Amino acid sequence: MLDLSLTHRIGTFTLTADLSIGPGVTAITGPSGAGKTTLLSLIAGLSRPSAGRIVLDGKVLVDTDSRTWLPPHRRHVGQVFQEARLFPHLNVRHNLLYGRLFGGRGRDGPTLDTIIDLLDIAPLLHRRPRDLSGGERQRVAIGRALLSNPALLLLDEPLSALDPARKAELLPYLQRLRDGTGLPMLYVTHQREEVAALATAWLRVEQGVVAMDQ
Amino acid sequence: MGTFTAEEMTAIWLSVKVACWATAVSLGPGILVAWLLARRSFPGRILLDALVHLPLVLPPVVTGYLLLLLFGRKGPVGQVLAEFGIVFAFNWTGAVLACSVMAFPLLVRAIRLSMEAVDTRLEDAAAGLGAPPWAVFLTVTLPLSLPGILSGAILCFAKALGEFGATITFVAAIPGVTQTLPAAIYGLTQVPGGDAAALRLTLVAALIAIIAVTASELLARRVRRRVEGRDA
Repeated sequence: MLDLSLTHRIGTFTLTADLSIGPGVTAITGPSGAGKTTLLSLIAGLSRPSAGRIVLDGKVLVDTDSRTWLPPHRRHVGQVFQEARLFPHLNVRHNLLYGRLFGGRGRDGPTLDTIIDLLDIAPLLHRRPRDLSGGERQRVAIGRALLSNPALLLLDEPLSALDPARKAELLPYLQRLRDGTGLPMLYVTHQREEVAALATAWLRVEQGVVAMDQ
Repeated sequence: MGTFTAEEMTAIWLSVKVACWATAVSLGPGILVAWLLARRSFPGRILLDALVHLPLVLPPVVTGYLLLLLFGRKGPVGQVLAEFGIVFAFNWTGAVLACSVMAFPLLVRAIRLSMEAVDTRLEDAAAGLGAPPWAVFLTVTLPLSLPGILSGAILCFAKALGEFGATITFVAAIPGVTQTLPAAIYGLTQVPGGDAAALRLTLVAALIAIIAVTASELLARRVRRRVEGRDA
């Protein structure tokens, strides 16, 4: 469970959010510049809210009243971006295992074999990111995030850089991920069909106001 | 062109030794300073940047004289270090110090440029996977800026090999102790009949420089391929 109650000002733009997000895939939609990516960066710890608090599974990630601040590497918030951001100097296997170097959350996360099966990436293990197709890169990026054993997964338009065929190829993996793990996911997208295929809840961000769409 | 005299061999060997040491001792601080300048904002950042670049713009003689004032036998730092048996003045270690200081801006510049070229979004991704800042540096920033670190190190070596003004001002040119290759060449041009020997040493200096630069280019190309994953 993710509880948000915050205000964030950047220049004249103000983002406000006051809501709770449960398990499943919560789609986040809204026009460009409405604050979707800003919202994710606040949760990931890449920026600090002007005021308010974010609590994940009872753990305070940030609270401006009590001056609590957890840096990104201690939040256990996995991220998948529009571009895969794989480490170019590491092969797929080492990219996948990167998060394991830092212990994760202590309790058992998914194993490498589970993730390889889930995302069908066995043939890619010894390749370098630049030798992968766009769809393959995104699968590895998702696997890498999962293997860090996050308590929450943020996906920021993970399919938008792919052509329609690759999108169609990747959607079933995301559905398997949703149905096979209890991992809560926040999924930013512009595409109605992705919302229809994946979402169990729907957030709308408009002009800086984040609200649950019933 | 004849064979080298013992004194010439000593000067060549001393220069290579001084340049190697200067590169080795500068590398760690150079990486640290480059990282601070590329990735951190702190009070005094501009001052640090200026201080690092100072030897590049000051006349080498001035840098050498400042080193003499600070690290000489009667200098404030030199006196303290002498208590611990560390003496730079008129010692080959002083040549290492002078060469390091003179080459430092080139080293920092090369490393800093390659660190600034590392995508900060990869560093954010690493942090998101649980990597604390020191681990992000060691596993992402450092390996991805390795080509720049290598070329910086070679530049530093080449600069140290050719350093003349600051070294001769700080530690003079004592044959066998502080007389490096450039100092030996300069000395030979000042005595009658020294031309042949000066030319021999000049060729040696050119040869070492060409080998160093070529090796660095080849090495950097290989590392760049590795880092970018083009070898797979």
